[in-house]
Amino acid sequence: MRHFEMDKLKAQGGSVGQSKYHESAIKQVCGNANYADDNPEPHGCLHAYPVLAPITSGFIKSIDTSKALEVAGVKRILSADDVPGKLDIGPVFPGDVLLTSHEIQYHGQPVLVVVADSYATARRAARLVVIECEQTTPILDIKEAIKKEHWVRPPHSLQRGNSEQAINNAAHQLTGEIHIGGQEHFYLEGQIALAQPDNDGGIHVQCSTQHPTEVQHLVAKILKKPFSFVNVETRRMGGAFGGKETQGAPWACLAALAVYYLGCAVKMRLARSDDFKLTGKRHPFYNQYHVGFDENGLIEGADVTVNGFCGYSPDLSDAIVDRAMFHADNAYYYPAATIKGNRCKVNTVSHTAFRGFGGPQGMIMGELIMDDIAAKLGKDPLEIRKLNLYKKGRDTTPYHQTVEQHILKDMIAQLEESGDYWARKEAIKAFNASSPIIKKGLSMTPVKYGISFTVQHLNQAGALVHVYSDGSIHLNHGGTEMGQGLNTKIAQIVAHGFGVDFDAISISATRTDKVPNTSPTAASSGTDLNGMAALNAVNTIKERLINFISEHFEVDSQSIVFKDNLITFSKGEISFSELANLAYMNRISLSSTGYYATPKIHYDRAKGEGRPFFYYAHGVALSEVEVDTLTGENTVTRVDILHDVGSSINPALDIGQIEGAFVQGMGWLTTEDLQWNDKGQLASFGPANYKIPAIGDTPAEFNVNLYNSANPETTVFRSKAVGEPPFMLAFSVWSAIRNAISSVANYKYTAPLDTPATPERVLNAIEQTASWFKEHQHG
Amino acid sequence: MIQFLLNDTPIEVQECSPSLTILDWLRTKKGKVGTKEGCATGDCGACTILVGEEKTNSNGNPVWHYQTMNSCLLLLGNAHAKHIVTVEAVTTGLYPTLNDLHPVQRALVECHGSQCGFCTPGIIMSMLALYINNPCYPGKKAAIHALGGNLCRCTGYSPILLAVEKAYSYERKNEPYSAMAAQFKASLNTQYDDDVPFLKNGPRKFYLPQNAKQLVELKALYPHAHLVAGGTDFAIELSQNMLLPDVIISLSQAKELCTISDNNGELHIGAALPYSQFVDAFYNYYPESKELFERLGSNQVRNSGTLGGSIGNASPIGDPAPLLIALNATLDLLSAAGTRTINVADYFVDYKKTVIKSDEVISKITVPKRPESLKLACHKISKRFEDDISTVCLVVAVEQAQGLISNARCAMGGMAAIPKRAAHIEQKLNTQPLQVNTFIDAATAINDDFAPMSDVRSSAHYRTTVSKNLLQRIGIEFCGAQPSSNKNNNNIAITRISHASL
Repeated sequence: MRHFEMDKLKAQGGSVGQSKYHESAIKQVCGNANYADDNPEPHGCLHAYPVLAPITSGFIKSIDTSKALEVAGVKRILSADDVPGKLDIGPVFPGDVLLTSHEIQYHGQPVLVVVADSYATARRAARLVVIECEQTTPILDIKEAIKKEHWVRPPHSLQRGNSEQAINNAAHQLTGEIHIGGQEHFYLEGQIALAQPDNDGGIHVQCSTQHPTEVQHLVAKILKKPFSFVNVETRRMGGAFGGKETQGAPWACLAALAVYYLGCAVKMRLARSDDFKLTGKRHPFYNQYHVGFDENGLIEGADVTVNGFCGYSPDLSDAIVDRAMFHADNAYYYPAATIKGNRCKVNTVSHTAFRGFGGPQGMIMGELIMDDIAAKLGKDPLEIRKLNLYKKGRDTTPYHQTVEQHILKDMIAQLEESGDYWARKEAIKAFNASSPIIKKGLSMTPVKYGISFTVQHLNQAGALVHVYSDGSIHLNHGGTEMGQGLNTKIAQIVAHGFGVDFDAISISATRTDKVPNTSPTAASSGTDLNGMAALNAVNTIKERLINFISEHFEVDSQSIVFKDNLITFSKGEISFSELANLAYMNRISLSSTGYYATPKIHYDRAKGEGRPFFYYAHGVALSEVEVDTLTGENTVTRVDILHDVGSSINPALDIGQIEGAFVQGMGWLTTEDLQWNDKGQLASFGPANYKIPAIGDTPAEFNVNLYNSANPETTVFRSKAVGEPPFMLAFSVWSAIRNAISSVANYKYTAPLDTPATPERVLNAIEQTASWFKEHQHG
Repeated sequence: MIQFLLNDTPIEVQECSPSLTILDWLRTKKGKVGTKEGCATGDCGACTILVGEEKTNSNGNPVWHYQTMNSCLLLLGNAHAKHIVTVEAVTTGLYPTLNDLHPVQRALVECHGSQCGFCTPGIIMSMLALYINNPCYPGKKAAIHALGGNLCRCTGYSPILLAVEKAYSYERKNEPYSAMAAQFKASLNTQYDDDVPFLKNGPRKFYLPQNAKQLVELKALYPHAHLVAGGTDFAIELSQNMLLPDVIISLSQAKELCTISDNNGELHIGAALPYSQFVDAFYNYYPESKELFERLGSNQVRNSGTLGGSIGNASPIGDPAPLLIALNATLDLLSAAGTRTINVADYFVDYKKTVIKSDEVISKITVPKRPESLKLACHKISKRFEDDISTVCLVVAVEQAQGLISNARCAMGGMAAIPKRAAHIEQKLNTQPLQVNTFIDAATAINDDFAPMSDVRSSAHYRTTVSKNLLQRIGIEFCGAQPSSNKNNNNIAITRISHASL
């Protein structure tokens, strides 16, 4: 069954829609939920640590490992020459090298790997290797990369209508630009892999990864072995956020390489500072816009250019910049549009997936444009936003997909009322007029986020369901658990499908030998894809059971209902566990795989036309902030969110995703200040100087509600993806800070505010706004 | 040998790497993997444990007091005579159900307060310490202070804050730990009473002198030994910078260095006394210093870190130094030859360079009695409100007579290679009227006093600008009036942003 047919086998249980606790919650609070570093190490386990390039750009002249080899406990030092198979581990396009033996393209790039009998010894010895290099001039500035057309992948553009003409014909024109900071994932569990020889002749890898299949493929390729040689297992991750989609693989590959030579288990774990330096982050961007609009603020044409700071290699940047382009409209209709995207090559670590996958860096353009238009026309920004929303008849995106669901208008209306937008707006204006130092700001911003991998073949999933003869159920699927509650939701789906208790379902680690050829757990698609695959497996087994019951008990299959651990039919009932045993005794197969592929989607990238997204998820946030005009310090006093998850499978988990994503987005836009120094070294390389939100940063008042609306598309139980979309609700905080700053100029001017809006950037914007006001006050 | 109690198990260790942290010891030697390594630099709290210590209560009876620490910063040797409690001891048993859980655990499950779960054991330990030390829910502000050092990347913290309160809605569970600890204390092997507890690994040694005499003798014997107190900075040198010192001498249990006394308003603070054990006495006389101490590191760090460590470390951005300089505090430097006392301001020579001699240790900080007319203002600017290093730390203390400023002391951190007084600004404050414009005018001298650098925390321009603006704010705070012509607002509260959640 490729696609799920909702009405064919109605699920009857009660699990779906309930706020079940996370399946690992009790283990987590007791400290016995094991992560990859926590399982007992195999006897004689060795530890590997990388040797890092000492320069940002250049060539290796010589390497001296003698001092490192003298350290007691060091077993071997491996280099690129020791890799028997492919050295390139680029996930889509070549360019990411496992170890470099010649060219150095970013500071800290791994050159060798030291294997020793302890973690500390391997790490200490790695620092004793002396690498002499010839330095070349690195490219670190994105504008220089643009000027020199230094790309990791060719530029791409989307076009609909003649935007240049539309802009020029409009009553008003505006241009603007913004630098958008990157973001470190700061998953609490750092990168780690444990590889060991498998008794069946292959290699077994326990790894913290969102993409076990890719790790399997890459390990096999570097060792020149078939995929079946490698089995990758992931029980749970201590957070990932996109940072373990491709970035988990190098460490698994290096550990496996060491296993290949040393014949025993090898663990590789990066210290936090090296995790910061050696793994890709959310792409910083530098974007520009040019728009034309009428006297009401209605956009007539828009040109947006997004420039992603990709680092030294393609990694996933092609698709990430594509998603930034797809989302440069956010929720707003551009009647004519040209969206350009550049993939800039710079000498840093290669930037990668991070919750939103380029979407946030594109969507901020929509919000920047709305605020700038409002300031230019002296109107309320929310009025401009409402005016420009997609609506029937104005519903074609720059990539020619028709937006079919128009719920944002109603969602905004609900939040305007429940959040008391207009009264608070007036109260804030009055407050600001009488408060010379502290200024308040308020902003409501919407989110429209496209769901599906834009790389089409990834939109598929598999699952494996076993019913044992006592009626207990074992579930396995291709998705990975990183805290989002995927296992919990899929267990609810399976329990619901069989009409049994949630507790009847056991879930085990994701393994490439159980469900093959999986896609990464990414793009918010985990439940949509794997949940449906699991439900299809359930339905296969249920169909067999229904056929068996109707034959065995001679009843009409239409009368059979699975509910409350019972199967009822016209002649009576039987418990699920009795049925399982009876079916077993009658030689009915109680195990099945399930498969799913997303329907409807298609996209012609050459033309920039199609339907890359199955559907859109929506949300609206209203944030209030206070800004200190003497220091630029700011704080979020209240946030109200209304978010669209379709029919929720687990409201508590969904709200948890919304709150967590919002705060993570807020961190990206305010305190998380990723910096490289002028030599190309990462300057913010640890939690001491890279600040993610702490507990006191959570909004003082934080109201989150789910919008009541089923997904019109046939997703699993009409739910919607929730992992990424709420991240972008945090634009309301950045926009509210701009709103507070613009009060300094009596709302007649809105200074540019690059992100993250640190106290320093906010103070600069305040100074700029004050001087604008001084200039224009008397004129 | 060192001896301590791990959960319910007495531990004796002698042969062990002196640079091992409790975190690494737990995970690699004891298989106690519930305690997680998130950063190993004391910034994330995933490795939070409880450390119990015997104290004397107001009736003079011994009681065990439990508080949180980052196990990544706690050296194994410093655990001597203490009770280490890890997450494994909170609920025992292999397959607990919801009903078996401790109230803090149950509340976190029921509030959906764990997602990926990696920070969760640390969160539980911080919640547990708060629960043990507060019979009733102490409020949101206390919850935030207790958990400010526990980073969570998944939840956004709302469910965790709810869980802290919800834990109090179940039947209260008394802590079993102090009874275990008392039993351990009674059974403690006392035959080595006169010896200095130590660890060794080949030629490398860790000494834990129990009094000042033992301390100075050891320092004289090993002049190049590394000194450690709470270890909140030094442990990172060991575990992350891979420093391998031959001899480490810990001040943390030298009893004279762990006391506080109040001599008629003059505070004598032992150099090895953790922040959390003296700040209340400090707030008695200088409530303005809350701004710095409440935001200094995290709760875990304040439970381990010491004034002696901060000063001894000579960081240009340690927040206590500007405060102590502005308050005209002094340091006692102790050696086998005796004690010399110097002004804190004179201690710092250049970046990480101080006047201390190789046989000396910082033993005591003396804060003089508060002058009657003193006005004090403490300001800290950082990217994040909690647990962040200062971009700029500015402390101003002035006295006044007949409306004129005297004895102005303005000390700043983050503006130079050392914590430093602003002589020109002070000069422009002294003998001037105590009014806002005096401070605005004095602020113009900032460039005469400092030429700050640009770094990862901010640009030089911001440091200078914000310092000037803070001086203006201090003027407003001291004088209770606005600089502008606006007459409606002379309310001090709204001239300064307060963290909304607190």
